[in-house]
Amino acid sequence: MNAAVTAALSDERVLLDHSPPAVAAREVARRYGEGDTAVDALRGVSLEVPRGELTAVMGPSGSGKSTLMHILAGLDRPTSGSVQIDGTEITSLKDNDLTKLRRKHIGFVFQFFNLLPMLTAEENVTLPLTIAGRKPEPGWLGELLQSVGLDDRRKHRPAELSGGQQQRVAIARALLTRPTVLFADEPTGNLDSASSGEILELVRRSVDELGQTTVMVTHDPAAAAIADRVLLLADGAIARTLSRPTQAQVIDAIQEVAGR
Amino acid sequence: MTVVALKGLFARRLRAVLTALAIVLGVAMVSGSFVLTDTISKAFDSIFTSSYSHTDAVVSGRKLVDYSNGGNLTVSPALLDRIRRMPDVAAASGALIDLNGDSARATLIGRDGKAIQTNGNPTFGFGIDPSQPRFNPLKLKDGRWATGPNEVVIDAQTAKKHHFAVGDTIGVAAHGPKRTFRIVGTATYGNVESLGGATIAVFSIPTAQRLLDLTGYSEISVAAKPGVSDAKLVSDLRQNVPQTAQVRTAKQQANEDKKGVSSFITFIRAFLLGFGGIALFVGAFVIFNTLSITVAQRTRELATLRTLGASRRQVLRSVVLESVVIGLGASVIGLLAGFGLARGLSSLFGALGLSLPQASTVYATRTVVISLLLGVLVTVLAGFVPAVRATRVPPIAAVREGAVIERRKRLGPVAGVVLFAIAAALIAYATLGGHLGSGKSLLALAGGTLLGLLGVAGFAPALVTTLAAVVGIPARRLGGAAGRLAAENATRNPARTASTAAALMIGIALVSFVAVLGKGVHGSIDRAIERQVNADWVITSQNGSSAFPAAAGRAAAKAPGVALASDIRSDRGRIGNANVSVNGVDPATIARVYHFDWKQGSNATLARLDGHGALVKQAFGRKHHLAVGDTFTLRSPAGKPVRLTVAGIFQPPRVMEVLGGVVISQHAFDRTFTRPSNSLTLIDGSPTQAGLDKALAAFPDAKAQTKHEYVKAQSSFIDTMLNLLYVLLALSVIVSLFGMLNTLVLSVFERTRELGMMRAVGMTRRQARRMVRHESVITALIGAALGLPLGIMLAAAVTHALGKYGVTFSVPVASLVVFAVAAMIAGVLAAIAPARRAARLNVLEALQYE
Repeated sequence: MNAAVTAALSDERVLLDHSPPAVAAREVARRYGEGDTAVDALRGVSLEVPRGELTAVMGPSGSGKSTLMHILAGLDRPTSGSVQIDGTEITSLKDNDLTKLRRKHIGFVFQFFNLLPMLTAEENVTLPLTIAGRKPEPGWLGELLQSVGLDDRRKHRPAELSGGQQQRVAIARALLTRPTVLFADEPTGNLDSASSGEILELVRRSVDELGQTTVMVTHDPAAAAIADRVLLLADGAIARTLSRPTQAQVIDAIQEVAGR
Repeated sequence: MTVVALKGLFARRLRAVLTALAIVLGVAMVSGSFVLTDTISKAFDSIFTSSYSHTDAVVSGRKLVDYSNGGNLTVSPALLDRIRRMPDVAAASGALIDLNGDSARATLIGRDGKAIQTNGNPTFGFGIDPSQPRFNPLKLKDGRWATGPNEVVIDAQTAKKHHFAVGDTIGVAAHGPKRTFRIVGTATYGNVESLGGATIAVFSIPTAQRLLDLTGYSEISVAAKPGVSDAKLVSDLRQNVPQTAQVRTAKQQANEDKKGVSSFITFIRAFLLGFGGIALFVGAFVIFNTLSITVAQRTRELATLRTLGASRRQVLRSVVLESVVIGLGASVIGLLAGFGLARGLSSLFGALGLSLPQASTVYATRTVVISLLLGVLVTVLAGFVPAVRATRVPPIAAVREGAVIERRKRLGPVAGVVLFAIAAALIAYATLGGHLGSGKSLLALAGGTLLGLLGVAGFAPALVTTLAAVVGIPARRLGGAAGRLAAENATRNPARTASTAAALMIGIALVSFVAVLGKGVHGSIDRAIERQVNADWVITSQNGSSAFPAAAGRAAAKAPGVALASDIRSDRGRIGNANVSVNGVDPATIARVYHFDWKQGSNATLARLDGHGALVKQAFGRKHHLAVGDTFTLRSPAGKPVRLTVAGIFQPPRVMEVLGGVVISQHAFDRTFTRPSNSLTLIDGSPTQAGLDKALAAFPDAKAQTKHEYVKAQSSFIDTMLNLLYVLLALSVIVSLFGMLNTLVLSVFERTRELGMMRAVGMTRRQARRMVRHESVITALIGAALGLPLGIMLAAAVTHALGKYGVTFSVPVASLVVFAVAAMIAGVLAAIAPARRAARLNVLEALQYE
């Protein structure tokens, strides 16, 4: 390998400084319905998701946190405003291009795992690559399965796995493509507290060890407490931003926002 | 509960409609069959009753032989005079009319010089006395009745269709060379709009007699004086007519005329209803499958009802009620669609050259009752198992994520194998006993087929995984990720895939059975003719099966290049009480163009036919205990007896015999039978088509074919029959297509969240579409993979039973490949809407979908 390139690659900070934020949103608004019955779910939200960080989005029901995540992930379109993923404006992309963009840049973890019941754990993990017509790097897949603790569950089908194990499959699936950003929608919402802890630990670890930029929507203060940054939404706008808060700080902030 | 059930049904109306479609076509076929046959029946009724609307009694020649070419006995003008003088008689008129036999036929020649005749439809040639209009079954539409020797009235439909008008000239060929006539009028028969493909030419009585080579009248219509009862008239007439004539009331005569037609209509009705039954059978599979899926998908809803206090009985009742509503709705639509389908069937028969007469459409109460009852019954029966399954949903399923109905131990595969074994036994009984054709064996065959199909459907779930692995290879190899996922999806719920495929299997099995059997029969016909006929050229009538004037054979013999022409006369005669087909051959030439399979005798025996010698078919000889040297009396249709001595015994093939029961010399034939005509004239030598056509120019009823063409033409009716069967079986394939559509729609619906996830992680719309399409094609191919071997196996059993008719087993590979491709296309078609639905899913909504 060329010495100059090796030098450039070795200095990761230089690379990061020059690249655009993983996700950038400007004045994003989303209105559902029309006329008298129109509901403003988002009223002009601007944010940047820095690379290599875990950002948690919190807020009471109806605050617009899910809508925000869906728009950031390109699953829904804003009524106005712009969203960029890795520097690409996605609000004007056609469905096909958006699909391709998702393949490359976005990973998902869902509340209900959403695994295909007829596929094995390993096949579920590689599904995004299968759909994209690519092959996983064998080393990376093995490493990943080991790191999420599924090495001995490769050939199991979802029905033979516990909820926590299923969610770990889902996380491995999201990590496999090394997406620019991973969106996790209430990843612990359907798990008992022991499993929740394991999953949160796994999410945190993937940020620390793999540098995986992650956005996690949650209403669980314990989950939010592992984040580098917490965005508190209320009435469709960002009400507060917390940096590396403790669980107690998160709870205080929620009460404060709710009581306002 | 009733309200809940109905509201639920309304909420899922799209699904209800899709389910209902499965039964609509079957009911439509049933109601269409009834409407069509009722209408045809009415048309014939009208034809036959209008023949005698002002007639009280009919005197005709006694009928000794059925289906005679020469015609039955006629009645004399002297008898007409005598009847007219009887005190009870107000009026009487003689006519030459023969609606059933072949004696009163005259072919009209079109402007292109070709005979106006469509596949075997009758070309009536009547002699009618216009001075007695009350007895005339025809109504003048234009012009006047024919009186002179060169005048003719033709039916209005033919005139219109072939652009003839009053004043034009038209060629007519009857029992002799064609002649030119002037059209003086057009007429319609009774109240019938059309006589199907039949044409009518009406002449004056003397002209008809000369043209048809008949003496006297075929029948005398008699009207009684006022106050004289039909019974009295008939008994008076009976005392005044000779032994050779018979007297019937007008009603009896109409019924007698109708007999042949009635049994034909009964056959057509049973035939068409059979296909309606098959479509309903397939529909039942589809209903069963669709309702099974919807019940499974409604687990939570049903469980909620249970937690709210609904009893199992109430759940059962509500699901059964849904079936009733779906069945009733579908049956009403099917009934109405059937009225339209009747027209379609009529055109189908028309397109295949089987035009049938039409009158105004008949909608009988029976049609409505049977169609509705059948539709509802089939739906409810098919929906019963799913309904019972619905009652097993435990209330806890209302609150537990992903609860499924607990499955009882599956009896399907075991029951399937048992059914299949019973089916195999029944089919073996029907085909190995050597008595196929008896009512019992046909019943066993039909029952065996039905049970066999049910049996395979029963154990098909066990085969689905293996079959999908095989037929899924192209999808896995060529379909990319979508293809691989489709293959996985197809085996996710083997029971569901199996019963969806089973519906298509039925159609495919029957179609391939018909194709294999058809090929075997085709071959046996070809071989039978090849074996018998040694000629270079063959003269036949236009339709290839009826007789043509002997004069045409003589004319063909004079064509340049003809080395030898041997006429085969043909008619039917009577021995004791039995009818027998009789052929007259030229003993000097026949052996050079016809191959005899001798049982007793040799070609030298033919010399002994001159005089009173006869050859008899082995089967016929056995039945009548005739050995060589025995004598017997044969009577012609006109009652003329001839003593014959058995000179030899031969054994023609069991199908397509060119020479039948009794063979005598041509001289003896011409002495015994009136109006001798040929079934074939066999020609050796090297004449040209043009030369033969020219020689036959005056005989539009006859045509010349090379032997090869003749063989092909003789077996072509098998192709016609196959096409008819394919079209009718296509109906059940369409029904199964709805089944595939239903299953896919429901599967896509069920997998909404999954599809949302896959779209979220990078599946394009195109891939989603392709995935659904591949799954559909795999299901269809499983249907084909089950159906093709079943059809072939069944055909093998039946061909074995038909072996004595020379039917051999041979697989029409090309046809079967076409069926497999058709199944694939069916799969693609069924997937269009569900695939679009899968592709159009809103990812976000799909992900939040429960």
